[in-house]
Amino acid sequence: MDQKTMENKELKEAPSSEAPALAAARLVVSSSPHFLNTESIPKIMHSVVTALLPAAAASVYFFGWRALLLIIVCVAACMGTEYAFQRIRNKPIKVYDGSAIITGMLLALTLPPGFPVYAAILGSIFAIGVGKQLFGGLGYNIFNPALLGRAFLMATYPVLTTTWAEPRTVEKAVDAVTAATPLALAKFEGKVDFNLLDLFIGNTAGSLGETSAIAIILGGLYLRYKGYINWKLPLGYLGTIAAFSAIFWLANPAKYPSPLFHLLAGGAMLGAWFMVTDMVTSPTTSLGQWIFVVCAGIMAVVIRLFGGLPEGVMYSILFMNAFVPLLNKHTRPRIFGARRGKE
Amino acid sequence: MGNKTFDRGVHPSYYKELTSGKGIQRAALPKTVVIPLVQHAGTPCEPLVKKGEAVVEGQKIGEVKAFVSAPVHASISGKIKDIELTQHPGGYRCAAIVIEGDGSAKEWGRACNGADLNALTPEAIREAVREAGIVGMGGAAFPTSIKLSPPKGKAIEAVILNGCECEPYLTADHRMMAEEPEKVVWGLRALMKATGAAKGFIGIEENKPDAIEALKKQIASSPEIQIIVLEAKYPQGAEKMLIQASIGRKVPPGKLPFDVGVIVNNVGTAIAVYEALNWGKPLIERVVTISGNGVKEPRNLLVRIGTSFEEVVAQCGGLVDGKEIEVLNGGPMMGVAQPTLAVPVVKGTSGITAIAADVIKSSDYEPCIRCASCVEVCPMGLMPYRLGDYGKAYRTADFKAWDGLTCIECGCCSYVCPAKRPLLQWIRIGKLKLRHEAQKAQAPK
Repeated sequence: MDQKTMENKELKEAPSSEAPALAAARLVVSSSPHFLNTESIPKIMHSVVTALLPAAAASVYFFGWRALLLIIVCVAACMGTEYAFQRIRNKPIKVYDGSAIITGMLLALTLPPGFPVYAAILGSIFAIGVGKQLFGGLGYNIFNPALLGRAFLMATYPVLTTTWAEPRTVEKAVDAVTAATPLALAKFEGKVDFNLLDLFIGNTAGSLGETSAIAIILGGLYLRYKGYINWKLPLGYLGTIAAFSAIFWLANPAKYPSPLFHLLAGGAMLGAWFMVTDMVTSPTTSLGQWIFVVCAGIMAVVIRLFGGLPEGVMYSILFMNAFVPLLNKHTRPRIFGARRGKE
Repeated sequence: MGNKTFDRGVHPSYYKELTSGKGIQRAALPKTVVIPLVQHAGTPCEPLVKKGEAVVEGQKIGEVKAFVSAPVHASISGKIKDIELTQHPGGYRCAAIVIEGDGSAKEWGRACNGADLNALTPEAIREAVREAGIVGMGGAAFPTSIKLSPPKGKAIEAVILNGCECEPYLTADHRMMAEEPEKVVWGLRALMKATGAAKGFIGIEENKPDAIEALKKQIASSPEIQIIVLEAKYPQGAEKMLIQASIGRKVPPGKLPFDVGVIVNNVGTAIAVYEALNWGKPLIERVVTISGNGVKEPRNLLVRIGTSFEEVVAQCGGLVDGKEIEVLNGGPMMGVAQPTLAVPVVKGTSGITAIAADVIKSSDYEPCIRCASCVEVCPMGLMPYRLGDYGKAYRTADFKAWDGLTCIECGCCSYVCPAKRPLLQWIRIGKLKLRHEAQKAQAPK
């Protein structure tokens, strides 16, 4: 009843040019749309960090506290480098947006468990410094910074980056200090029968966070659930690896390992869910994304089977990163109502 | 889910529950109205009255002899106070006729069972629609009589009524469909008769079950009219999106709905057609949703054209106190922000949305991270992040080559951008710059 009378009162007052209810309000003017969704870059990046936690946890479980040390060192070095560059370039400090944390974590997860700390720091500085900040910072880099850092370490410390240890969950052979990764065994010793369950869980020699497929998939599914990755990127990449390796396996199963092995071994899973899907360095158009993942998938298998290295995921993604601007330019979506084949 | 829709688009929060259950109420009779001579897309009207002249409600007071135009009428009886420049809610200034009311209101009609359509010729309908100053009431305000006069050789197969109302907050169309379904259907029949269309469709988003129910009852015995329930998705009510979703045809770039044999009209327009043909009532009032978290008592009001926003908002309890507020002509996705409340409600004002500061975006933005969200939602299949860069940098050649002119300015790209880049604003800059260059090239040296 009270409201009713108030309303009537205001009705009477309304025609005068200065209605009291309105005089107090300050009007803001901006261009439409006036509604924006609640997504933000830090929100996306922190979700990716969360999604990497299972893989990080698995690395600590399989390789001990040393794994945690490496992750912390890489993340700290990446954030430090980011801060230093933003400071020097007189840019807003955005160290906490989470993107440097991702780079640090991803880089650490691709390193062997026994990797020296000083080299990890060097790799982190290169990843953020050269891989990201020299291009202009977040959004402007062409290559995935973590992979670039990893490639830098591969070139600088070829022995350290290929010296592996068995996980602590595996009964060690007497005095064995180093071990071979499944991919190396397949490549250099022609081994084709592997315990796929061990590969799936992560109970095998390899990089910190690359071995446990289940932990990576868990994180990937979380990202998919949050809507931050496009399903065609990871599935297209993995699908291509499986399909292309299947051709060789079907032709000669005694010589070539199975597609399942290719999916579970090495960096395929981590690459598919966290590196191929990197927003900045993957194409923006649907067709471009297909070309990107299919070419990268084929390339990874070719390097693994016929190249000089046992693992090809890193170079396959880096190589295709370079084509992204080109793909974005030449794979425009068809505009609404336009005919096929017509500009 | 599972209902028909178009490709891509976004799902904003709708907040329609603020007013969707509130019946349409008649707003208080304004003492003064300001009637802009531009309330339609096309040539501005010339005033037909002079200062000091007495006018009666419904009298034609502005008109021009141009094809693409629509006359304007006095929305209250009284005296012409002045003809002056005024702020238009579309965001520009134009000439307007100010009427000081004498406090009387005319009774136009009550009957909701329309006259026999067989007695009307298509020409008579077109003429009445033009005389009544009816324009598209969804917001774009394109003169309806033009839509009813397709170029020779273009047969119209279907009339689609747009009852999507995909903008958040707005419920004017919803209430009209739920409360006056007989007028909507009669209006649709009249539009079909005027264009010779054999079929009629009414596209409604699934979030208006009572409107769907009411209209279904109304068309129970009319096989030529079909109701199409559409997914609630923005911008479902955009003309091209609606045509694709409801009948599966895509209007090619640069073409009009005519070219695929349809015309699209808002449900409010259909009601205006009903009232013009049955009651002889020109378009002098319209239903406006006043909503948003910046207004105290959101309502759906039947408002006379020319009533000031200030007066309308005051009838809804006023704006909330002590906050920065954005007041929009329209909804939050496409509405135009008003620098002052001393602007009149026009024929295209489907809503007045007041958004308080906590929902308003900040002006900061971050670098593009190529997340492709904008590409994934653009209903026109464009690459907004690219067009934004081109527009911002005045790269008009690139802007044109990447089909920037195809943009329908729905704002989905800005809406989803995680870096909060004002993509649509930059795209508008690109369009303006292109238009500017074209004008320069045309101007005699």
